[in-house]
Amino acid sequence: NKCVEVTATSRHYVDRLFDPDPQKVLQGVIDMKNAVIGNNKQKANLIVLGAVPRLLYLLQQSSSSLELRTECAVVLGSLAMGTENNIKSLVDCHIIPALLQGLLCPELIFIEVCLRCLRTVFISPVTPVQLLYTDPTVIPHLMSLLSRSQRTQEYITQIFSHCCKVFVGICSHANTTPEHQTVLFNHGAIQNIAPLLISPSYKVRMQALKCFSVLAYENTQVSMTLVNVLVDGELLSQVFVRMMQRDQPIEMQLTAAKCLTYMCRAGAIRTDDSCVVLKTLPCLVRMCSKEHLLEERVEGAETLAYLMEPDVELQRIASTTDHLVAMLADYFKYPSSVSAITDIKRLDHDLKHAHELRQAAFKLYASLGSNDEDIRKKITETENMMDRIVSGLSESSIKVRLAAVRCLHSLSRSVQQLRTSFHDHAVWRPLMKLLQNAPDEVLVMASSTLCNLLLEFSPSKEPILESGVIELLCSLTQSDSPALRVNGIWALMNMAFQAEQKVKVEIVRSLGTEQLFRLLSDPDSNVLMKTLGLLRNLLSTRPHIDQIMSSHGKQIMQAVTLILEAEHSIEVKEQTLCILANIADGNTAKELIMTNDDMLQKIKYYMGHSNVKLQLAATFCISNLIWNEEDGSQERQDKLREMGFVDILHKLTQASDPNLCDRAKTAMQQYLA
Amino acid sequence: MAELGAGSLSLGDPAFNYQEHELNERLKRLYPAVNEEETPLPRSWSPKDKYSYIGLSQNNLRVHYKGHGKNHKDAASVRATHPIPAACGIYYFEVKIVSKGRDGYMGIGLSAQGVNMNRLPGWDKHSYGYHGDDGHSFCSSGTGQPYGPTFTTGDVIGCCVNLINNTCFYTKNGISLGVAFTDLPPNLYPTVGLQTPGEIVDANFGQQPFVFDIEDYMSEWRAKIHGMIARFPIGERLGEWQSVLQNMVSSYLVHHGYCATATAFARATETIIQEEQTSIKNRQRIQKLVLAGRVGEAIDATQHLYPGLLEHNPNLLFMLKCRQFVEMVNGTDSEVRCLTIRSPKSQDSYPGSPSLSPRHGASNTHLHTGADSPTCSNGVTPPNKSKSHSGTGSSSIKYPSVSSSASSSTSSSPSSVNYSESNSSDSTKSQPHSANSTQETSLSLNFRRNQTHVTRSSNHDSEMEIEAEHYTNGVVEGSSARIMNGTYKHEEILQPDDNSIDEGCTNGRQLCGGNQAATERMIHFGRELQALNEQLGREYGKNATHKKMLQDAFSLLAYSDPWNCPVGQQLDPTQRESLCSALNSAILESQNLPKQPPLMLALGQATECVQLMARVRSGSCSFARVDNFLH
Repeated sequence: NKCVEVTATSRHYVDRLFDPDPQKVLQGVIDMKNAVIGNNKQKANLIVLGAVPRLLYLLQQSSSSLELRTECAVVLGSLAMGTENNIKSLVDCHIIPALLQGLLCPELIFIEVCLRCLRTVFISPVTPVQLLYTDPTVIPHLMSLLSRSQRTQEYITQIFSHCCKVFVGICSHANTTPEHQTVLFNHGAIQNIAPLLISPSYKVRMQALKCFSVLAYENTQVSMTLVNVLVDGELLSQVFVRMMQRDQPIEMQLTAAKCLTYMCRAGAIRTDDSCVVLKTLPCLVRMCSKEHLLEERVEGAETLAYLMEPDVELQRIASTTDHLVAMLADYFKYPSSVSAITDIKRLDHDLKHAHELRQAAFKLYASLGSNDEDIRKKITETENMMDRIVSGLSESSIKVRLAAVRCLHSLSRSVQQLRTSFHDHAVWRPLMKLLQNAPDEVLVMASSTLCNLLLEFSPSKEPILESGVIELLCSLTQSDSPALRVNGIWALMNMAFQAEQKVKVEIVRSLGTEQLFRLLSDPDSNVLMKTLGLLRNLLSTRPHIDQIMSSHGKQIMQAVTLILEAEHSIEVKEQTLCILANIADGNTAKELIMTNDDMLQKIKYYMGHSNVKLQLAATFCISNLIWNEEDGSQERQDKLREMGFVDILHKLTQASDPNLCDRAKTAMQQYLA
Repeated sequence: MAELGAGSLSLGDPAFNYQEHELNERLKRLYPAVNEEETPLPRSWSPKDKYSYIGLSQNNLRVHYKGHGKNHKDAASVRATHPIPAACGIYYFEVKIVSKGRDGYMGIGLSAQGVNMNRLPGWDKHSYGYHGDDGHSFCSSGTGQPYGPTFTTGDVIGCCVNLINNTCFYTKNGISLGVAFTDLPPNLYPTVGLQTPGEIVDANFGQQPFVFDIEDYMSEWRAKIHGMIARFPIGERLGEWQSVLQNMVSSYLVHHGYCATATAFARATETIIQEEQTSIKNRQRIQKLVLAGRVGEAIDATQHLYPGLLEHNPNLLFMLKCRQFVEMVNGTDSEVRCLTIRSPKSQDSYPGSPSLSPRHGASNTHLHTGADSPTCSNGVTPPNKSKSHSGTGSSSIKYPSVSSSASSSTSSSPSSVNYSESNSSDSTKSQPHSANSTQETSLSLNFRRNQTHVTRSSNHDSEMEIEAEHYTNGVVEGSSARIMNGTYKHEEILQPDDNSIDEGCTNGRQLCGGNQAATERMIHFGRELQALNEQLGREYGKNATHKKMLQDAFSLLAYSDPWNCPVGQQLDPTQRESLCSALNSAILESQNLPKQPPLMLALGQATECVQLMARVRSGSCSFARVDNFLH
């Protein structure tokens, strides 16, 4: 049968590689070359039949003629052009060290075919990029080969741009590993590659440009160096600007815009520089337009989101550029009804990119709306926007879910949106669902959004409370991730603000005092601050104060003491003194302070502290304790006078800070009345 | 309305002149396809086309409001002096808000002629505007659509009209705000409207660099349209296409007499040359004589080789004779030259290059302005075009053929040199004889000087020399060499490459080479010419062109230094080119061959077509210019 025939002829090709006559071997390799071109089946057969080790042997053998070695490399390159499995087999046969070794040959033609093959192997996603870096002599040698020919330039820069990984997506920029970037940088990548940007060959220019985009990404060192590089007397940023001209190929415009974006984000170019405002940003907005390929639109939107993320002015400019906000609505229209009808290929293509498009649009909306209220309004008024976010939250693709929740989070910073569109579309529902079982990345964003939804003016607060969110938030506070702990406790803090008694009780019960005190000694100061905030919110209105203090007074006083005695920031101490002041406002809770001389001494100490904020908080506490019209106020006043508080208060009435001065005077009046 | 001339800059102001220069340069660069004589570009606001509440100043670029500004009934607008020509392709202007005044109700946009000026742009039919107070766009309607951000004092608002797809977008401080209007009608004027006291805006129609990079936007459209042209499907006619192109090249070479090149090309491409070799060489010879300023000999040769030709073209003959007279003044024509003792100076022969192909109108920058370019008749302009302007070298086709009696006076005029002698001087073989004849000495000297680059041995025929010359010309860089192989550098005229030249090239030039007999001969010839003119006038009616030609030629005698006089331009050797081309065309026509090479015809047609596109308001003409495809 046919299959057997094919295998038989393949066998013949392999057999000829073992012929004792070198001339016949050469002819065999040439015939093999002609047989495999464009024939994946043949390629697979030859690999199975063991052609690769033999070809590699011939390629490395010093007795082989240059012609034979070159033809071997050509055939290997051709085999690499096949399926991913072919690449895997080649890599398993140690083709990479063999070819890298081949680069030491003085003959340019041989170097070029080796590089071509290496290029094909390295750009495959199945090849471990680390293989380029195992031998430390390889990178310097590749750098030196850059001057040999346009081909070496094209292949080497292409290898670099594919093998320079930062191991992180564009969305989260913590923990980047610039290892590869640093290796290439240290071996003079910038100086060696910069001149290639003005090469007469488009391919070389393009690959060099790509190299710079991967080198500069999230890398301050590279970016700072790049801004000062001159290419033929012209600043590199100007070269990039020229490459963004509108008559240049889209790929070049987009990649040049990425380079400038990365340089800007790394702080090497100011965000108000005209090459960013008038060139890079408009170029990226253009890339989002309908007339471009779906891939280009995805990249354009993601890069633009990244560019303007930290800068409200860029967000404002982008929001008015070329109807960007409305343009992005098109990203949700794939696969379009037209593509489904017209042809199946188009439908397939659309389907493949639909997720990518949606997540890119969400990211860009998130970035656009992260600061400016007007922009948020514009976004939520875009056709079906809230519905799209809601359905995005429950999409199967995690990338889309994450981007959708980022977008929701960005919009949730708006008081107005919380009151209107968020409530109208009951976004809390899918959000709660998302929180049930999601990876940390999503959880961080979702819980952060939830914090905003739990603000007291948010109409979503009630239904969320009823959905049993407290348990969920309490469990977040036990997470290993500081971000999740903060969000959990933050949400609880927001929830406790001016809450009903039963909610507060439920929070304390659910969290448990033990966990509460654990959080008070959390290594993350954000967690500590929000926990103190929670305590403060719990200890508001007299009945609540007395109720909570009667059941947990001892532990709370203990915790307060510990914090005041330990090394903490002013903010933490202030927050703690405020809690104490709240306790002092209780009817029965007051006694917990009055009977604690040690605590009173501490308050006295802070009234004389050099920081006004702490003085103010401590004075507030005393003021609450000596307040007239309350039972036992006379006794407390007497005791505190004996302890010397009146003298301090008297002194504070002379304070330069008007608030402190007022507060002290008010307190003094309690004695005079 | 009394604001006219209230600007701070006056016409004599150097700053103003500089700005004017800047403006012209920029407009030329931005809108190269616009023929301003047909469709002037807007350069300022019109003091005539505005509401009375509008005041203009600063050369009619600054607009301020001077009404009451109580409500929308007090709105006032002003239009620019001219509508936007379609040939702009993409048009752009900017307006800077100098002051938002009381309420900042500025409207910036476009309107057609006749739209009520007591309104803000956008409120009425054929009126379009973007308003500063709310950022809305108004598309022929009193109610706006949310469009862009608001704008106020200090902002620069740009308005771009795309005449290719008839859309408009605005910019704010250099950032594009996206499409505002589609399906715009033609002939819109830049317009601004103001409504409350204190509002002041400044326009920039190109006087200053624009904040928005409009040229970058244009480059995108240029690339788009070039791509469209490059990818234009020719389908199955691919083979046909190739043979058409080959024939075009071949016929062009033949037309200009590049005999050897044409033969080689025909051999390589297996095409057939219509004309016989000898015929080509004859034409070549005659053209060479005209270009060398030896017009008398050229006339003789034409009459000898193409009997009846000039008799049937009395206008052409008259032009040739006129030229002959001019060349006599120049001291170049053989009838005078044989009488002079000194060798003629650098100005007297066709300089630099004896190349036969004349300069073509197409090589001038004014290709697109065909009708106004004096050189356009050199084969670029299609026949219907050249008819419209007689007297620029194409008048040979103006009159129908004519009786032979017209040339009787010409043939009777004495000629000291016969055709065969002068012909022999064309080749370097004539050099051995030079010592025997002053005439031939001067010729060969002259010849050598012009061809110092020809280093071949003397047994090469003149045709080969021409080929060599052709080659050097073909690679000449320069604005005039962009299209035609046969163009030459004008500088060469003034840079003689012979040692004996210096004395003659500047002040040494004298009437008829300074020879008394020659001068007498010239005056005699002038009388004959006068007589010929009168005769032609009797037979065909008065001809103003002829009269002018004659007057100009005779005027040369009124000056002591004809080369530096108001009509001295006639003596320039380049003036021979159009005549040479006309004669060549007439000969070809008489042989039933096309009087223009098809290549030039196609070029002319394409050029004309692009111009037509401008007239029918197809904006893409701006980016489909023929020049862009000629490298």
